[in-house]
Amino acid sequence: MAQSTASGISRWALRAVSIAVCLVVWPTASTLRLNLGLVTFVNVPPPTDVFLAAIDFVQSTKAFDHVTSSLRRVASGYAIAAFVGVALGLAIGRSRRAADVLLPPLELLRPIPAVAWIPLAVLLFPSSEASMIYITFIGALFPILLNTIHGVENVDPRLIASAKSLGGTQSAILREVILPGAAPSIVTGLAIGMGTSWFCLVTAEMISGQFGIGYYTWESYTIQNYADIIVGMILIGLLGMGSSALLRWIGGLLTPWHTVGEAR
Amino acid sequence: MSGVERLARPELGRIDAAHVSIRLGGGDQAFEAVQDVSFAIEPGEFVCLLGPSGCGKSTLLGALAGHIAPSGGRLHVDGSTIDGPHPDRGIVFQHHTLFPWKSARENVAFGPKMRGVGKAERNRQAGEILDLVGLGDFADRYPKQLSGGMQQRVEIARVLVNRPRLLLMDEPFGALDALTRMMMQELLLDIWGRVRTTIVFVTHDIDEALFLADRIIVMTPRPGRILEEIRVPFARPRATDIVASPEFGTLKRHCLELLHVRPDGVPLPRLSPLGFDAGEGA
Repeated sequence: MAQSTASGISRWALRAVSIAVCLVVWPTASTLRLNLGLVTFVNVPPPTDVFLAAIDFVQSTKAFDHVTSSLRRVASGYAIAAFVGVALGLAIGRSRRAADVLLPPLELLRPIPAVAWIPLAVLLFPSSEASMIYITFIGALFPILLNTIHGVENVDPRLIASAKSLGGTQSAILREVILPGAAPSIVTGLAIGMGTSWFCLVTAEMISGQFGIGYYTWESYTIQNYADIIVGMILIGLLGMGSSALLRWIGGLLTPWHTVGEAR
Repeated sequence: MSGVERLARPELGRIDAAHVSIRLGGGDQAFEAVQDVSFAIEPGEFVCLLGPSGCGKSTLLGALAGHIAPSGGRLHVDGSTIDGPHPDRGIVFQHHTLFPWKSARENVAFGPKMRGVGKAERNRQAGEILDLVGLGDFADRYPKQLSGGMQQRVEIARVLVNRPRLLLMDEPFGALDALTRMMMQELLLDIWGRVRTTIVFVTHDIDEALFLADRIIVMTPRPGRILEEIRVPFARPRATDIVASPEFGTLKRHCLELLHVRPDGVPLPRLSPLGFDAGEGA
């Protein structure tokens, strides 16, 4: 136990150092106006500018609205994606017919980037709010769907056979065997989907009228407010990372058998 | 003890197999894993199916469990045709078929839960059977917190809680070390002494078959057929020292001769009660 705590501390130290290195490289490169040919830091604002811009942002009256608008969109799109992705994944993973009917169109839609959905999303939905939610939904759907299918298909057939022999009906087997058996994979899909949902936020909020961190980032680019762009980027990164971590933690609580120690 | 005796159903558990054949695989891959097999097993009898890997003994067990349908012949339990899996015919696999997300108690309570038994009552029943297999103190552990032998005991308890007519076992102790296996064999005989159900036990271990069974059905591979039936005369209760008796030696030599198929023969792939190798490993 003591050993694992020690290695835990050293791992956190390593993670801190990793962030610190990024924070050293960035100001050095931007103050030296480093031009490496392939990439150039000539127009990249240094951290101090970004820090000041961040303070401005936090103090602005709009900050709260930006963050809550984005959180609301991501949460809605993601929640729908989680429900639809897990439900479709269970159906496709369990039934060959469902796979034949549902998979071909889904495979066709999967490679389409979120940005390509914008025009259609605007046409499909009466409100721009719904269009934005749809784009974060599309971003989260496929990782959740594919991981659920994978998890369901990999449930040990002997567990299903045992459940049948013990008197389990189809619905009981789905609830008691398939769902928990696929749970670790579903949790992974949900965590990745949370990331991709945030990933699509800027795209989604390109069509926003006034609020949202993605909108703020995109607007800062159009009016050449470079420091603000980075503030927006970092905010999206932090919120995305935080919500993914929250999800893994909840996932861990829901799959306690996964974390208990092995018998020696 | 009164609760445990309730589990015994001495009048039930008769098996009649008449000219049973089972085909596995499809198309060009199809082959007859079991061919024209006939036998009868009395209620409460302990029968071992003994044979080399790939001889169809596990396939036959799978058909008794209802996971594989015979392609020919009749397979009856207490006069009715087997029609799919049923808790009356419980099966114990070699390893790793406990639900990893359920504690030992919840695993054992699964059968009663499927029958709609309330939580308090099914937990009581599960606790009673776990006591019977000597795991009363481990009811709250997850399977991976239990040793291999303990996991197999939970598997047996999970099947017994349904008061099965048949207890079907597919090399249940095959993955255990020799010492644990011996303990498990004694434990199984002890349980069977108290809960008298029909046991069909698949093994390729001659010592195991001789120690456990009333009768051994010896099978040969490709096609899987019955080579001989051997009645095992040792009195019960049996103790491990019978293994050293001259009579045991004679029977063992006889079995060895029966099983001694072509020395040049390559071992056939293992078949499983689900009709294919479900990844149980070697």
